[in-house]
Amino acid sequence: MALQQFAPIAVMIVMAVALTFIILVISRIFGPYRPTSRKNAPYESGMKPIGPGTRRMPVKFYLVAVLFILFDIEVIFFLPYAVVLRDLGIYGLVTMGLFLFILTVGLVYEWKKGALEWE
Amino acid sequence: MMSRKIFGIPLPYILGALLVGLIVTVVLILTVGVGLYNMLADGSYNTPIACEQSEGCRVLQPILFTALFLFIVVTGFAYTTLLERKFIAWFQQRVGPNRVGPSGLLQPAADGVKLIFKEDIMPAKAYKFVYILAPMIKVVPVLIVMAVTPLGPRVTIPWFDGHWYNLPLYVADINVGILWILAITSIATYGVALAGWSSNNKYAMLGALRATAQMISYELALGLAMVVPVMLAGTMSIIGIIEAQSGSPLNWFVFQNPLAAAILMIALLAETNRAPFDLPEAEQELTAGYMTEYSGMKFALFMMAEYLGMIGSSLIAASLFFGGYHFFLVESAPFLGPIFMIAKVVLFLIGFIWVRATLPRIRYDRLMSFGWKVLLPLSLLSVVWTAIAVVIGDVFGPVGYTIVSGALFVVLIGGAYFAFFRKPEADPDAAEIEFDPVITGERGGAGWVALQVVGGMLSVPFVLYKNTISLLDKLATLAPEDKPQTNAIEPTASGDSSGAGGAD
Repeated sequence: MALQQFAPIAVMIVMAVALTFIILVISRIFGPYRPTSRKNAPYESGMKPIGPGTRRMPVKFYLVAVLFILFDIEVIFFLPYAVVLRDLGIYGLVTMGLFLFILTVGLVYEWKKGALEWE
Repeated sequence: MMSRKIFGIPLPYILGALLVGLIVTVVLILTVGVGLYNMLADGSYNTPIACEQSEGCRVLQPILFTALFLFIVVTGFAYTTLLERKFIAWFQQRVGPNRVGPSGLLQPAADGVKLIFKEDIMPAKAYKFVYILAPMIKVVPVLIVMAVTPLGPRVTIPWFDGHWYNLPLYVADINVGILWILAITSIATYGVALAGWSSNNKYAMLGALRATAQMISYELALGLAMVVPVMLAGTMSIIGIIEAQSGSPLNWFVFQNPLAAAILMIALLAETNRAPFDLPEAEQELTAGYMTEYSGMKFALFMMAEYLGMIGSSLIAASLFFGGYHFFLVESAPFLGPIFMIAKVVLFLIGFIWVRATLPRIRYDRLMSFGWKVLLPLSLLSVVWTAIAVVIGDVFGPVGYTIVSGALFVVLIGGAYFAFFRKPEADPDAAEIEFDPVITGERGGAGWVALQVVGGMLSVPFVLYKNTISLLDKLATLAPEDKPQTNAIEPTASGDSSGAGGAD
């Protein structure tokens, strides 16, 4: 029963993939295809491309990704608690308060450490 | 008779085909009409068959409804582009598209046909498989996110076998709807990252990096804001959340926690990369961001993802905080549900466009610090607020809920006032911060607007309370000598203002 709920979603996924696939195929059928070396060169505002296209990226983005994983897990832990909030009552509130407190301490720490600065 | 030809076909053939088509249409309409009349007359309307109990309906309903839903949404996407161009034009005192069809109504079709016949350029240095796959990865999640957001309540419709069926107007009602939304929206991030990486282009790479960092940063606030309706409704199913907001519009969750609603809408703006958070597509710096190398229909797929994302965001925001398909009379007349839902979605779309026409793009470091330093703590605060209020409300009854919620309102307003309107301290960055419209809440800035909106929402219950009290006072006394007194207050106020106006 539980999995049957997802059957319409499978139908929708199939239809959505088919729709995008058809759109791509249609443009390949009807559109012209006359490649030239100039046309297919990477766009760099009219200049000749210098160096490789994929370069090393600033380490800040990794930092954002790591922090995201940390806090996204927090969000995911909040959701099951939110469902049973009324059943757990004060006990759950205190427990989740402790959990939130620890994570907030982490947030404050990284804020003070400058992990959130974008200089 | 002249041999006139239209598209190379002689005119008499076309007329004949039209006549045959007309006859077939009339016969069909008559048949369906008579059938419908019989079905209405025999009273079977009152005993509809629930869709879950009919084998055929259980198979057909998902397929047909999904096809219909995709059709509605894709048509909606096409007309959202027209809506946006028209509204942006009106905001800028231009006319907007008005050449194709009556007042530009066929413009989306013309755009679509034009894009189909455009060349699909494959950059020589692109990673071909990923390059083709990326637009699909961007569009498909945006489409299937809408599987859990309903268009309306259960409705009863006639079917060709002579029975009435009681159908749901959603693709699926899963008990982890919120998780589904969170999970699938993060897949769209992969589409952006892969598009930028596989294009092998510096602009695309930088745009994709920015877009990815922005989307994951604002996803935290989005997820935390989504926790609030789950707490209030006690379920993760979107249908359950909407049903918990049934009744009068005062039951909408936006009145229970306006802070979370505001955070949700800001985060959805950032998730869909719309102005003022359209940094990944900042054309002055990055040409078109991660879409730089895309052309033809692949580019159209990215545009489609953006506009479908707007529609999906509007559906989500309307479902979670604005009562979904609920408004007046929906319980007794379910067919009104889809109309209200679509009306709300269109209002949200106009809001998106309005924001785009009004606010300038914010700088990237401000964007990130706004997401991490403002929205994330505020969303944590809103979650704590609702959690405490709900638990206290369960222990001490609705009065406790109101008191705790009101106290937290006051604390929030005080904190916001302190944070936004205090004097900048004498630090070296003070001059710069002073002119930052987002952080300081300068008049007319984003922070100021957000605060005004939140403040306006917050004041609604107090105004209602105050007016009710004064009304009760009037009703309680009802003495004739009180009337001049109550009347005397308002003329003085209006007299003051008119006097001031006259002095001006």
